[in-house]
Amino acid sequence: MAEVETASTQYTAANNAEPIVKYLDVHKSFGDVEVLKGINLEIKPAEKVAVIGPSGSGKTTIIRMLMTLEKPTSGKIIVDGNYLWHMEKDGKLVPANEKHLREVRGDIGMVFQHFNLFPHMTILENCMTAPIHVKKEDKQTAKQRSIEMLEKVGLGDKIDNYPSQLSGGQKQRVAMARALVMRPKVMLFDEVTSALDPELVGEVLEVIRDIAKEGEMAMVLVTHEMDFALDIADRVLFLDKGVIAEQGPPSEVIENPKNERLQNFLHRFRS
Amino acid sequence: MSNWDWEVFFDAFPMIIQGLGITVGLTIACYIFALIFGFFWTVADRIPIKPIHWVIRWIMEFIRSTPPLVQLFFIFYAWPVVPYVGVALDPFTSAVIGLGLHYSTYISEVYRSGIEGVAPGQWEASTALNLSTKQKWMKVILPQAIPPTIPMLGNYLIIMFKEVPLASTIGVVGILHLANDYGAQYWRYLEPLTIVAILFLVLSYPSAILINKLEKKMNQRFNKKDVLEETKGAAI
Repeated sequence: MAEVETASTQYTAANNAEPIVKYLDVHKSFGDVEVLKGINLEIKPAEKVAVIGPSGSGKTTIIRMLMTLEKPTSGKIIVDGNYLWHMEKDGKLVPANEKHLREVRGDIGMVFQHFNLFPHMTILENCMTAPIHVKKEDKQTAKQRSIEMLEKVGLGDKIDNYPSQLSGGQKQRVAMARALVMRPKVMLFDEVTSALDPELVGEVLEVIRDIAKEGEMAMVLVTHEMDFALDIADRVLFLDKGVIAEQGPPSEVIENPKNERLQNFLHRFRS
Repeated sequence: MSNWDWEVFFDAFPMIIQGLGITVGLTIACYIFALIFGFFWTVADRIPIKPIHWVIRWIMEFIRSTPPLVQLFFIFYAWPVVPYVGVALDPFTSAVIGLGLHYSTYISEVYRSGIEGVAPGQWEASTALNLSTKQKWMKVILPQAIPPTIPMLGNYLIIMFKEVPLASTIGVVGILHLANDYGAQYWRYLEPLTIVAILFLVLSYPSAILINKLEKKMNQRFNKKDVLEETKGAAI
């Protein structure tokens, strides 16, 4: 615990806005294995956070809990002032029901390692479905916004294709467009380049860079692309054995690491 | 083939074919019953309460492990004398319930395999897009779960068609029953039973070809490579 405290107080956020996301002593166990051992974390609006760490350190689990794909074992997560996994009932905090989860997770979007596009829908339908059915937008608006978003990720000419007709890099760009049309306040990227052939990584990173430049959305990237993290992140978290072992601006964490295990981790990556 | 008599053949044919309506009708009735009840098993099996889950599994296993003929006899002969809940049913209804219930447990497995065949990532993407539970099923899961099950469901239709003659043992007057009657009356079994065999062949063989074609079409439409790729992503 002491380690966690020092790690989170070391970092002083650049802007003083209310955090859009807060983790309060969040633990997560799978069976007998505790993968997260007390995460305390604040993410400011528009902040870009890169999460790095060895496999099994729990980095993916952190964002999966925020997307409500994984339920924390204990602790609290707050999104834009609302408890995510809890709700108030008769002045007491009780576990959230699906209705509450739906209300709060509307602010969150996610891009997956394996894209998870809907194979039975065209690219355009993949993007349009959620705006129409979740946000109740009229079909024309949803279609127009989806096309604009697909053009932005460079796939304006593929809108009537099916996912199986695209390359991995193209699929991942569709997945980003699909998440972006929902206008999330926080966007999560779960090792989005890990499943791609090396020559396709660049095009995906380029799109993420563009999104990051626009600025208004907070982004959390679980990544193995150190140079990329260095380039776009405001802050890097090094996760090790279920705790945030070191954090700070990328120039400090990646260029000048203090934690010994982080030094080893980075060394292994570069050799 | 000195015993073969075309006169008997043409004499028996019009009589036996009168039972075809019953045989086909019973097949369809059993099939619809099995499709609906199979859905019930699948839903009940997904109830996330452990004891209910076990009970449902146990009942299904019991139904599957007992011969359909025993179940038919039980429903037709034994059920009426069971205290309080026993009801006497006519042969046709007994056969629909007996065979329909038996095959519903297999149909339920087909549904289950269809649903479980949808990659976990599809559920996760639906959650990430904030679709409601109903929207997840209707827009994402079922459209992917149903197509691959259609050929399997078709196969069960043919299998059931071939099992329906079991109902003649409790007095459903289908083609087998009529052929048997004819045989008993004139002591000629070769021709009537050959007619029965031919009728089954004529109906089930083209259906099998049709289902084969359907399967190929579904495989094409439901791009297998893509599904494999989507399935890989079950990392923590």
